[in-house]
Amino acid sequence: MAAFSPSQVTLNASKPAEGAGAPLIQTDGVNLHYGTSQALKSISVTLGERHVTAFIGPSGCGKSTFLRCFNRMNDLIDSVRITGSIKIGGQDIYSPDVDVIELRKRIGMVFQRSNPFPKSIYDNITYGLKLHGTKAKSDLDAAVEQSLRSAALWDEVKDRLNTSALGLSGGQQQRLCIARAIAIKPEILLMDEPASALDPIATAKIEELILELKREFTIVIVTHNMQQAARISDHTAFFYLGELIEFDTTAKIFTNPSKKQTEDYVTGRFG
Amino acid sequence: MTTASAKPARLDFRSRGFDFASFAFTGVTGLATLFILAILAIILANVAWHGWSTFSWRFLTGSADQDMFDVNKAGVLPMIIGTALRVLMMTLFVVPIGVTTAVYLTEYAHSTALTTRVIRGAVNNLAGVPSIVFGLFGLGFFISFLGGAMDAGAAEPHWGKPAILWASLTLAVMTLPLVIVATEESLRAITPGLREASLALGATKLETILKIVLPEALPGILTGGILAVGRAGGEVAPILFTGAAYYMRDLPKAATDQFMDLGYHVFILSTQSPDIEKTRPILFATVLALLLLTLSLNLVAVIVRARVRKKMRAGH
Repeated sequence: MAAFSPSQVTLNASKPAEGAGAPLIQTDGVNLHYGTSQALKSISVTLGERHVTAFIGPSGCGKSTFLRCFNRMNDLIDSVRITGSIKIGGQDIYSPDVDVIELRKRIGMVFQRSNPFPKSIYDNITYGLKLHGTKAKSDLDAAVEQSLRSAALWDEVKDRLNTSALGLSGGQQQRLCIARAIAIKPEILLMDEPASALDPIATAKIEELILELKREFTIVIVTHNMQQAARISDHTAFFYLGELIEFDTTAKIFTNPSKKQTEDYVTGRFG
Repeated sequence: MTTASAKPARLDFRSRGFDFASFAFTGVTGLATLFILAILAIILANVAWHGWSTFSWRFLTGSADQDMFDVNKAGVLPMIIGTALRVLMMTLFVVPIGVTTAVYLTEYAHSTALTTRVIRGAVNNLAGVPSIVFGLFGLGFFISFLGGAMDAGAAEPHWGKPAILWASLTLAVMTLPLVIVATEESLRAITPGLREASLALGATKLETILKIVLPEALPGILTGGILAVGRAGGEVAPILFTGAAYYMRDLPKAATDQFMDLGYHVFILSTQSPDIEKTRPILFATVLALLLLTLSLNLVAVIVRARVRKKMRAGH
C-alpha cells in the first residue's frame, strides 16, 4: 500500500476503459536474490485494473524476474529469495496461507517462446479447464470456441481442432498459448515478450489482440520493443540493473520522462 | 595479356593437390565399420548355416521330454516360452521402478544435492556389475533372504527356492540402469517451457508430470524398455542360480515355478551332452532360436514405439 500514489493510476487519456484503473497489483519494497546476487532492488509500484502495463529495460534488468513474481513462477528456482510484499486484490500472494495453484488459476501467463503442449489444438485449450473440474463436453466445446475467438484464431483453426498444435505457424502457436491462458478466465494476464520471436505481421496481430483483451483482463507485458510498448500500453515501467527507474503513463515516459536514464533508453541513446 | 598472367592472381581457387589425410581418414572409418559388419555377418551366417537343417517346425514346437540331445527328438518350445515369460515378467518390474526413479532424479531431487549424486553414482555402478554377481545377489537376497523370510515356519520351502519370479526380479535389478538412464535422458530433453506452461495454468507438479511430462517422455521410456529386453533376453548368468532349470516336464504355471531357458539350454547342450558331435546341430538351431526370439521381442517393442511416436505427431 505504501507505494500507491494517485498519480500512478491516472488514466491514459487516449485509451479510456470503463471502470478501469483501480489499483489491482501493489508491490512494496520487493527485493529478489538469486543466491547471493540481487536481481530486484526494492521495487514499489501499483498497477491498475484492466490497464496494459509495459515493463521495458535492457536485458538482465530484472523486468522478466519481476513479472514472474506475480504468479510465483520464481518459486520453481531453488535459490530464489524474495522479501517485501506483493499484493494482488489486497491479498499478500506470498503469505503462507496462499494456495499457489489458486493464484496461478487467476493469473495467466504467456511466455516468450510459444510453448503449446504436443497435443491437439482442442486439448491444449481444455487442459486447464479439465484440471480445474470442467467435464461436460458442451462446456468444453463452448470454452474452446470462445477463447479461440478471443485470441483471433478461431477462423484459422476451426476445421482442424483435433490436429496437433505443433502444426501451427509460430504466430498461431503464440495466439493458441494466449487462448489457452484465457480459457480458464484469469483476472490478470502476464506476457513475457510474447512477440519477440514473431515476424512483424504476427506481431501486429498479437498487439491488436492485446488491445482487445484489455477490456476484460489486466495485462502486464514485458517487451524489448519500444514502439510496441508505446502502441499498446497505458503505463510503462522502466527498469535498469534491478531497479525501477521510472513508472508513469506511457505518454509521459515516451514524450517527457522525468529521469535522464529513461530518456536515454527510450530514445535509443543508452550506453 | 602476358603482363596480366605473369602477376599472381589475387583470387586463386585451383586445387592444391590431392588431400591424402582426408582420403585416409575416410578410409579408416569406413574399414572400421566394415569390420564390425563383417563380424556380425559371420556370426549370423555361421549360426544360420549350421542350425538351418535342424531348425524345423517340429524342433520349435517340440519338447525336451524324450531326449534333449537327439537331433530327431529334441525340441525347444518350453525354453522359448520360459525365456519369453521371464523377459516379460522382468519388464513388468523394471519399467515402473526405473521410470519412477528417473522421475524422482530429474523432477524432484535437487541436481546438486549429495543424495542425488550418490544415487546417480550408484545407478552407474550398477550398470558395471558383472552379470554373474547379479546371479549370486539374486540367490542371496531374493531366494535366501526374502524367500526364506516368507517361508518362515513352513515345513517345506515354497518361496525360498529358485523360481521364475526371482529370476525375473534379478534380471530387473540388472537392467534397471538402462531404463533409468534412458528415461532420465528423455525427461531432460523436454523443454522446460512445457512444464512452465502447465504450472502457469494452475496444474500441480504431479498433474504436470502425469499429463505433460511422462506422455512426452514415452518414446524414451520405451527405448529403455527395448534396451532392457535386448540385454536380458540372452543373459544366462543372472538366472543360473535363481530360476533356470536343467529339465522340467511342465511349463511354469506359478511365479514360484522354475523354468527352462533358451540361453541356459545352449549352455547345457554344449557342456552336458554325451556326444558333442551329434548334439552340435541342435546347439546351432537352439542358438538360432534364441537370436530370433530376442530379435522378435525387440521388434515388437520397436514397433510399439514407432506407433506411439506416430500417434504423438498426429496430436491425438
